[in-house]
Order: sequence, then C-alpha cells, then structure tokens
Amino acid sequence: MKTRPDGRKFDELRPISAKAGIVKNADGSAMFKIGDTIAYAAVYGPRELYPKFLQDPTKGILRCRYNMMPFSGAGERVKPGPSRRSTEISMVTEKALLPVLNLEDFPNAVVDVFIDLPQTDAGTRCAGICAASIALADAGLWMREMVSSVSVGKVNEDILVDLTYEEESAEGEVADIPVAYLPKSGRVSLLQMDGEISKDELVKALELGRQASLQIYEVQKQTLLDKYRGESNEE
Amino acid sequence: MGLLVNDKQIVIPGEDLASGMDFLPSHGTFRDGEHIVAAKLGISSVDNRIIRIIPLSGKYMPKAGDNIVGRVVDVTINGWRLDINSAYSAMLSVKDATSEFIARGADLTKYFNFGDYILTGIINVTSQNLVDVSMKGPGLRQLGEGRIIHVNPYKVPRIIGKQGSMVTMVKDATSCRITVGQNGVVWIQGLPEDELVAVDAIRKIEQESHIPGLTERMKEYLDRRKRKVDSNENKA
Repeated sequence: MKTRPDGRKFDELRPISAKAGIVKNADGSAMFKIGDTIAYAAVYGPRELYPKFLQDPTKGILRCRYNMMPFSGAGERVKPGPSRRSTEISMVTEKALLPVLNLEDFPNAVVDVFIDLPQTDAGTRCAGICAASIALADAGLWMREMVSSVSVGKVNEDILVDLTYEEESAEGEVADIPVAYLPKSGRVSLLQMDGEISKDELVKALELGRQASLQIYEVQKQTLLDKYRGESNEE
Repeated sequence: MGLLVNDKQIVIPGEDLASGMDFLPSHGTFRDGEHIVAAKLGISSVDNRIIRIIPLSGKYMPKAGDNIVGRVVDVTINGWRLDINSAYSAMLSVKDATSEFIARGADLTKYFNFGDYILTGIINVTSQNLVDVSMKGPGLRQLGEGRIIHVNPYKVPRIIGKQGSMVTMVKDATSCRITVGQNGVVWIQGLPEDELVAVDAIRKIEQESHIPGLTERMKEYLDRRKRKVDSNENKA
C-alpha cells in the first residue's frame, strides 16, 4: 500500500494538540496545532462597536481577522498586514463560524475573532477555524454547535485528508479543498477548492473529511473539558 | 430516551442533553427535534423536567434589578454614561442620581467626574440593551478611595455566599469595606495591607469556588493571613 511523504495513511490526520484559555486578556482563546501548522485564536466581546456606522441595530456582528505572522512560512518572509489572500480568508472564516452563532441578543455589538498563525504548513484556514470555534465556546457565547474544519484533496489519483504543504504543492494533478463541518448536524459551512477534481472523487473526499472532522471535534471537546475540569463539583 | 448527561456535568455547545419529550429546555439550551441540545459551555443542571446550562464564562449581561458597580466614562447633557464591564454601557440620568436639585445646564462633573466609581441599580434594560441605572435605593452611593478588581461575573454568587455569608466573612477578617457588583466589579476599601489580603481572598474564592468545603477553607486562609499581617506589625 502506498503511503504519503510523512508516512501517514490517506485518511489519517496529522498529530493534533490544542489548549483553551491561552490569552489572558481575551474573553476566550485557544491554540490549535495540527502537524506543523499552529493557530492561535482570541475572542473579544461581545463589546461595543465603533465607528457607529458599522453597528447593526438588529443583531451583533462577527469580525474575523486571519493573519499569518511574518516568520510563519517555510521560505520567504510573509509580508505583514492584510493582503488579498488574508482578507479573503478572514471573510470565509467569518462565514464558516456565523451559522453556529446567535448574535441577536447583542444588537449594536461586535464579537472580534483574531486568528494568528506563528507557524504554517498548509491547512491554515482550517486550523484557524478549529481554534476560533474553541475560543468562541470558551468566551461563553451562544453556539448551536462546534465547527470542525479540515482540508481534503487529491494528489495524483490519491484522495487524501489534511494535506501538508509538500503534498499541496506537488507536481501533477492536485486539488486542495478546505471544508468546515458542523460535526453534529453534518452540515458544511465552508467549502473551497483549488485545482481540479471529478464529482465522484469530490464526494469521496468529502466523506473522508467528514470522518476526520469527527476526530477533530473530539479533540476540541476534550480541550474545553480540560480547561474547565473540576468546576463540575459546583454546588 | 431520557437524560443523556448527568446533573452538574460540564457540557460544550452542541452536546445532546436529553432525548424525547420528557424534558424541557431552559437557559443555554434549545430543542432540536427529538433532542435538547446545549448551546453554551457550562454545567448542566437538571431540575425535575427542566434542563438548563449554568454558564462558566462570558460577559456580564445587564438585568433589571441587579446592583452593579460602574465607572463614569462620559458626562452628557442629562446625566452620566457608565462603563459596567459588559457589552453595553449604562446611562445614569440626573433625576435618578440624586434627590438634590440640579439646575439645568449645571456642570455635572461636580457631582460625578470621569473615572469615579458608583454603585448603582439597574432599573430597566431595553430590547436594544440600553441600560438605565439609578442611585435611588438602599446602599447605592458613590464609591470613594479604595481598589477595584474584576472577577468573573458568574462567580459573583459564590463570592457573596448565602445571604452574603462569604463576603461578610472576608469583611470581618480584613476589616475592609467591600462592595461586590453583579457585573463582577468589586470595590475594596481599608488599610493597604488589609486590602491586599481581601484581594487575595476574593481571587482564591473565584479560583476554588468549585471545590467543596470552600467556607471552611476560606476561614482558615483568612486566619492564617491575618496572623501574618499582625506579626509583621509587631515586628515593625
């Protein structure tokens, strides 16, 4: 049987570790590490939103900022500040998280999510969404369920889960598909694709991703339980 | 069918709490078809047929009837705007602030200036979360010198204790005046070294509120700290 460059099986995730409550000044925060990709998410709010014209009197708004740190990549320094790419990823992160939130109780307010990546090896938006999901729960916000995200793809006939940068940039026919699943309801809140894939292969890839997302969900759950363990004896 | 979690168990958003129609969803939960699902991180609480989540974290949400400590952040034409450690600020209007006559157009900073802390009561919260507070009520006043600490608003009931037993114990042991706002802002006034003991004690309550036997532990802790302060004084 063929294996991948790092010896994983096709449907195997990279090693994951996560921790909640790492940013003391934030209302909620989390670190999510998958392989060599590390994402930190900090949630502030709900808090008052200024400038005032951004306020929505019918509901609170969610603002995400995705940021790769300058030294995070493997090669060239990443130019700091927003770019076309990071602006887009911020937007899709926001749209991946919004379906589970209910901000109607917070008119005119904002929930800020800051995602920073000190080290990257592909799958950054997925790691960012996983971290943000833990951080939002840690911040005590109303959430329908968690969001678990993973990338799937095709590298030269092989359908893979959780691609590394090496696989993503391989020669030949490559498709990279980041997906965010709502693990409980089985819905999908983010689906993007780079490259080409046939319909049958896509369906197969998404099914592998769904299985993987359940493993990620378990990690997210344990992470939150670890932070609050012991508090259950509350009288 | 039936309950899927234990009482007083930590649950995360999206976890199923119960299935079937035998239970009713309350705070922090919702019904999704057959299931009652947690919508917040917290502790499950089952009271007969009613299931709710006691949250462990999150910002303070203003509620009418709460007594809260606010800081003056703005002075407007007809009152003061207070920061109340929440997503929203509160408005204290002149007519709710004092029974004294204040002429129109008077300089309101003479009464409360920027940065002053005030103990107020929430009289009304609108659908848009505009918060009206008043100083008409027993004990509501401006808080003078002292120190302010912020605690998790969900731990406030433990800091106060049953009928104020816990906070009274800290007050007696440290001979400080202490005011705990429902919004998690605590004002402490006393001798500097006593204030430090009170701050540490409140932090300890906040951290250990879940471990049984808190009252005894705090009593012992306060005794120990007090003896230390006394012996330091004797040395000096």
